[in-house]
Amino acid sequence: MTAFKHTLAGRLLADPLAVMALIIIAALVTLAVFADAVAPHDFTAMNIPDRFSPPSAEYWLGTDNLGRDTFSRLLQGGRIALTVGLTAVLIAGAIGLVLGMIAGFGPRWLDNALLFFFDTLRAYPTIILALALAALMPRGLTTVIVVVVLTSFSEYGRVVRTQTLSLKHSEFILAERAMGASFGRIVFHHILPNVLGPFFILAAMNLPVVITIEAGMSFLGVGVPPGTPSWGTTLKDGFDHIRQTPWLIVAGGLPLILVTLGFTFLGEALRDQLDPKLRKSR
Amino acid sequence: MTQPLLTLTDVSVEFPALGGLKALMAPPDKRRVQAVAGVSLHLHPGETLAVVGESGSGKTTLARAVNGLVPLAGGTVNFDGQALQDGPDWTAVRRRMAMMFQDPTGSLSPRKTVGDLILEPFVIHGIPVADRTVKARDLLAAAGLDADFMDRYPHQLSGGQARRVGVARALALDPALVLADEPTAGLDVSIQGEILNLMNRVKAERGLATLIITHNLNILRHIADRIAVMYLGRIVETGPVEAILTAPAHPYTHALMAANPEPDPTARHERLILKGETPALTARPSGCEFHPRCPVARADCARIAPALEPARTGGKVACRYPLGADETLTACPPAASPPAAQG
Amino acid sequence: MTETLKVSGLSVSYATRQGSLQALRDVSLDVQSGQIVGVVGESGCGKSTLISALMRLLPENARVTDGRIDLDGEDILTASPRRLRAMRGREMSVVFQDPMTSLNPVLSIGRQMRDIQYREGVSTAEKDRRAAHMLGRVGLPDPEARLRGYPHELSGGMRQRVAIAMATLMHPKLLIADEPTTALDATLEVQIIALLQAIQAEIGCAILFISHHLGVIAELCDRVVVMYAGETVEEGPVADIFERPAHPYTAKLIECDPGRLKTRADTLPSIPGSLPDLTDPPSGCIFRDRCDLATEICATQRPPRRAVSPGRWSACHHAEKVTP
Repeated sequence: MTAFKHTLAGRLLADPLAVMALIIIAALVTLAVFADAVAPHDFTAMNIPDRFSPPSAEYWLGTDNLGRDTFSRLLQGGRIALTVGLTAVLIAGAIGLVLGMIAGFGPRWLDNALLFFFDTLRAYPTIILALALAALMPRGLTTVIVVVVLTSFSEYGRVVRTQTLSLKHSEFILAERAMGASFGRIVFHHILPNVLGPFFILAAMNLPVVITIEAGMSFLGVGVPPGTPSWGTTLKDGFDHIRQTPWLIVAGGLPLILVTLGFTFLGEALRDQLDPKLRKSR
Repeated sequence: MTQPLLTLTDVSVEFPALGGLKALMAPPDKRRVQAVAGVSLHLHPGETLAVVGESGSGKTTLARAVNGLVPLAGGTVNFDGQALQDGPDWTAVRRRMAMMFQDPTGSLSPRKTVGDLILEPFVIHGIPVADRTVKARDLLAAAGLDADFMDRYPHQLSGGQARRVGVARALALDPALVLADEPTAGLDVSIQGEILNLMNRVKAERGLATLIITHNLNILRHIADRIAVMYLGRIVETGPVEAILTAPAHPYTHALMAANPEPDPTARHERLILKGETPALTARPSGCEFHPRCPVARADCARIAPALEPARTGGKVACRYPLGADETLTACPPAASPPAAQG
Repeated sequence: MTETLKVSGLSVSYATRQGSLQALRDVSLDVQSGQIVGVVGESGCGKSTLISALMRLLPENARVTDGRIDLDGEDILTASPRRLRAMRGREMSVVFQDPMTSLNPVLSIGRQMRDIQYREGVSTAEKDRRAAHMLGRVGLPDPEARLRGYPHELSGGMRQRVAIAMATLMHPKLLIADEPTTALDATLEVQIIALLQAIQAEIGCAILFISHHLGVIAELCDRVVVMYAGETVEEGPVADIFERPAHPYTAKLIECDPGRLKTRADTLPSIPGSLPDLTDPPSGCIFRDRCDLATEICATQRPPRRAVSPGRWSACHHAEKVTP
């Protein structure tokens, strides 16, 4: 099985940074998926006498203002975060990939029009857009996903466009054309595989951003409905009761930090491994 | 004489010289430059024509125009009885007209294995291959590569190995014509012989016609039957290889050949060093376009553009005062003074 | 004559995933003052590592494992960073292969040439005057006006002239020319060679001229050093080496140059085989796998450098048997 060493997975496992990232991500995903089984308490159960308890054997990360177990709520929050994150990245990525390739391949005017469209969306501040959309749409995860998709797909679009454009004029694409390869073959066999590398790196780096946006919107009260145990609402509760339970803020921020670290490391490791030139040296 | 396989008549290729608003404001004749300006050539089956010239001479653009990678602005291209200027079925044409690109590694799709790359011509043209592994191994063997190269990626190949893959791909479908753009670019001298031998062998075996684009003058004698010299998108001289190499009629060809240092220290001689550099395509000189750099230019060369006319070499030359057979030009001796540079 | 540059027993290796890559092994060469010495070799021979080592600009994963580099009697490898900065540009300077990338695109040519003279205690006007003089010297028309210009306004040949003007502005003792004509057209190549010869004659610097082009080396150089796979295999006066090579690799390299053959050859010579793996270099002679003369001793003993005639050595056990 020497060949495994040369596959992407094999190479990632040889990179300590990637291993650390994968461990963090795997832990987060497992905890989110098996939240119900792992949680020591019911995340909705209020226990007023125990409100504002500091971390203890009973409540690992203490309780909030209603005496709910913070740890159990964070596990549920992980579910929300990953659901929002993965869905939004998937949708935004797909839109960006298609539009980016159209811009890269299309005629000059279409490219300019799409770029203008991308830049307009990028220029719109995420939180303002979120507040505006929250006023128009019912409060909930769908709104959060729509906001995130609207603000982030242009970034994928731009990266894919730039990649496509530089690949379009590279010698190997000319060589394929000169052999008589069809347009579809060039796009799917030769451009796409080369675009996907930077695309996945961007997606990995973007995921924690998306999760942070969800937390931020929930913190501001325009994200998940009240009572839903998002990381953002946990932070908000901690912020409201910072004199009573300072650890609530720490507990709410910790998973955000871990998620950001995990996916950023993964993105960096992917970048090192997917770029043949970076891989060869050192 | 057999019918030519490829005939170019008065071919020109234009590129936009300016972009955006500037292009709209400029007078129409300044908006575009002619990278190839009225080139006529012919190539017989089994023949090898080398197109030589310096950067900006339009030689690469010419090859790409033949293959349809850049559109023609004027003129006609006839390939085996088919007119290529009026939008033929390029897929069918390209099956019989293979092209090799300059960068041996960069012209191979980076995420494909050598095995995939070498069988790609068959996939593209929908030609069934009974046993992919056997076919790939045969093609690799014909290009002088072991079967264990099959699973490698382009970046794992040396320049010479990548070039062999390129040759194998170009020849896989038994084309009638190969357009080879700088086949020795990026190769060490110890390797380039092998590649040229490979090309020569296949050419002889299959009666292949080849159009070679190169600036490597050292290899011309060993690969080409005829030479066409390009300057600023025009052919300034054509003729049989030996005559052009030893006694060219055009002063530019002479300077080009003289500018090729020989690997022999005893041959250090007073050589012709041209003044200045090739002008930009946007600023073509009047009359004979070579006259500002020409060591033997006369007054009327700046006014009257020469036509390509039969020369004593047996080819043609675009010079009103072509050089004699024994004439050598030694304008300035090498070490004494630096060349007077112009613009 | 004194030695401007003396490299002795230089070994450099790179830390790679596959292990230690021994890019240079026991490399020795001398450049006498005022001489033009060519270094010739193909890709993978260690030319670029040698230049980086000379300028002490090796990448982080490189390590000098052995040897000395003396510039005018001063050890470069142990010089302080401060001293090195003073030496670069003033005592040795480099002209790089690609004039498109070796000049700073956002600074005017005059500014870049003034910066080179930042240690000189003269007025800006005097610095500009010297810069303009040098630009005129390398053949730029209207040098005063060019000082205000930017590199992108110049053609490739002109840029290489500017690069040469910058490199020679401080009258260095040693000019390292790293394939300075490779990116240029043939008619410009001969212009640049003639210019280098003229400049060398004028300021009397020694030139280490790195090239893979045998014709250019033969044209320009007094002496030549042949490198193969990280080793110097032969050194001597250029006429002797081209006429009677004393190392099989040199002989084959000269034989391979198709410019040497004056009649059409059906099969062109080449050197079969490939470079050895430098993470695990073979024992004995580095070239033995591709050598026709190789015998048992070549596999076991590393050939020492042996004088084959005055001023000339070869690292081959069978130097006498090499036929041109």
